[in-house]
Amino acid sequence: MARQRKINRSVAGNGILFTIMIICGIFMSLPLVMIVNNSLKPLDEIFQYPPAIFVKNPTMNNFTDLFNVMSDSWVPFSRYIMNTIIITGLGTFGHVIVASLAAYVLSKHKFPGQKILFNMVILSMMFSWTVTQIPNYMIISWLHINNTYLALILPAWQYGMGLYLMKQFMEQLPMSLMESARLDGASEYRIFWSIVMPNVKPAWLTLAIFQFQQMWGNTGSMFLRDEQLKPLQFALQQIAAGGTARAGASAAVTFIIAAVPIIFFLTCQSNVLETMTTSGIKE
Amino acid sequence: MSRNKSDSDNRDMNNDNNKAGSAASLYSLAGYTIARKQRSLFYRIKKNKISYIMMSPYFILFFLFTVLPVVMSIGLSFTYFNMLEAPTFNGWANYTKLFLNDDIFIVSLKNTLIFAVVTGPISYLLCLLFAWIINEFRPKVRAFLTLIFYAPSICGNAYMVWSLILSSDRYGYLNGILMNLGFIDEQKLWMQDADYILPCLIVVQLWLSLGTGFLSFIAGLQTVDKTLYEAAAIDGVKNRWQELWFVTLPAMKPQLMFGAVMQITQSFAVADISIQLAGNPSVNYAGATVVTHLLDYGSTRFDMGYASAIATVLFLLMVGTNKLVQRLLRRVGE
Repeated sequence: MARQRKINRSVAGNGILFTIMIICGIFMSLPLVMIVNNSLKPLDEIFQYPPAIFVKNPTMNNFTDLFNVMSDSWVPFSRYIMNTIIITGLGTFGHVIVASLAAYVLSKHKFPGQKILFNMVILSMMFSWTVTQIPNYMIISWLHINNTYLALILPAWQYGMGLYLMKQFMEQLPMSLMESARLDGASEYRIFWSIVMPNVKPAWLTLAIFQFQQMWGNTGSMFLRDEQLKPLQFALQQIAAGGTARAGASAAVTFIIAAVPIIFFLTCQSNVLETMTTSGIKE
Repeated sequence: MSRNKSDSDNRDMNNDNNKAGSAASLYSLAGYTIARKQRSLFYRIKKNKISYIMMSPYFILFFLFTVLPVVMSIGLSFTYFNMLEAPTFNGWANYTKLFLNDDIFIVSLKNTLIFAVVTGPISYLLCLLFAWIINEFRPKVRAFLTLIFYAPSICGNAYMVWSLILSSDRYGYLNGILMNLGFIDEQKLWMQDADYILPCLIVVQLWLSLGTGFLSFIAGLQTVDKTLYEAAAIDGVKNRWQELWFVTLPAMKPQLMFGAVMQITQSFAVADISIQLAGNPSVNYAGATVVTHLLDYGSTRFDMGYASAIATVLFLLMVGTNKLVQRLLRRVGE
């Protein structure tokens, strides 16, 4: 299939595109290169001025430093990891399901209020979140979910971007796909789960990447007061904020903070790219 | 878009109802009352109960955590609110101050518009171009290349990289390179010189631009039906550029729309890189944008009413731009 698709291609065109890719790729990979190198630098290289990009004498000391700091934290570190799994896991999974359900209805059903609701979602993305933070805090207090996981998870389920992304992909599915299932007597939930969702796999995997990144980066310090409830991100940033004495551990923290979403990204992205090479669902 | 169908289509998606609807319009006299009943709002809502149930989890949360806060913020924009005392109503005062009595807002508005006009379209095209080039590679290489190009968005240390490059002493990479090549005699203070701040920020923003839109384009390209390309080759599409314009882009129009909205929300809301690299306030307000101005009032001066007014103006600006851009995008592939 991949061979067949390469029609209408010239050698010169390929050459130009590859050159562009290499030059830009070097520029774009700078942050990755720096994070990896910094985490391997011994202390004297971290403080070296002017700073160098590449490490000369790589060492794992920064990571052992970090694990030492972790092991005598006040709340056991496994607790932070647990919190992160709950918050990030539920925040990501729940958002993908809830937003996809609504996106399915908005793209494939016709009912009163449909257009208004959809436009509201799009417009809401254009309002600066900085000023809605205070009303948001008030609402969370009214609901009495302050200082619980829910204060982070529930607002994350309704981000407008997720719904919009899913809706745009579902719009491309042919109606006939659903109609034949409907004639067979499948319920709407069943159509959603076993016909629509598998066919928009690249969309929800991409959405999962965005949402995971968002949830993973959340320190939760606005809503969570109990140390036992705080996520890994919070603990790691506390360590990294330790100043000069923890410069090594801080470089290791930066590495871990970036590495987790990258692993998640690679897992999802390779699936995005794999699924559709064999498909032919469109009309 | 499929939502712009005629009124008759706009009734219902459920089979039985559709059939009943067309039957009613055929037997116009006898079916008149039935048709009316079907068109009545209450009937249509009841008929589509399942739709409302399925989207209720999302929209209940959406009204609670997005619509309500936005409405409250717009309400606050007509008040004086210092976050300690209860807000006091002061009418249009915030808005008149904003446009008639706040020079820095006008500067920041100008900067934001320059930012949006330059970075918006270029970023958008870059996302599209790179997503499309990457799609030419074999799937295994693709995942790796996507990571490389998405790296600035995922690593979160863009400031670190760019503060090294734009460092104002001669050890800064940009200064070093330019001095070695003999373009400049002494180091430039990139982030402290009002002439350079905005151009530098624009470059950094462009470097950061392969984010949300980029990934959604890549996913969108995966869903383009491969047989369309073969058909197009038979129809006489000669090179990859024609293929892009006549086949690929029309097939991924929904993703293009999505990318445009994300691009608008991002390029009008630029603030982080300006604050991190140039500071807030920046030298002579050369790096001030509407959102840095908003943050200045919201989180430094504790004037939430005024900050809300800024947010409302920015919101209207984005809504207008969105209308314009969506109209342009409908013409893709024609």
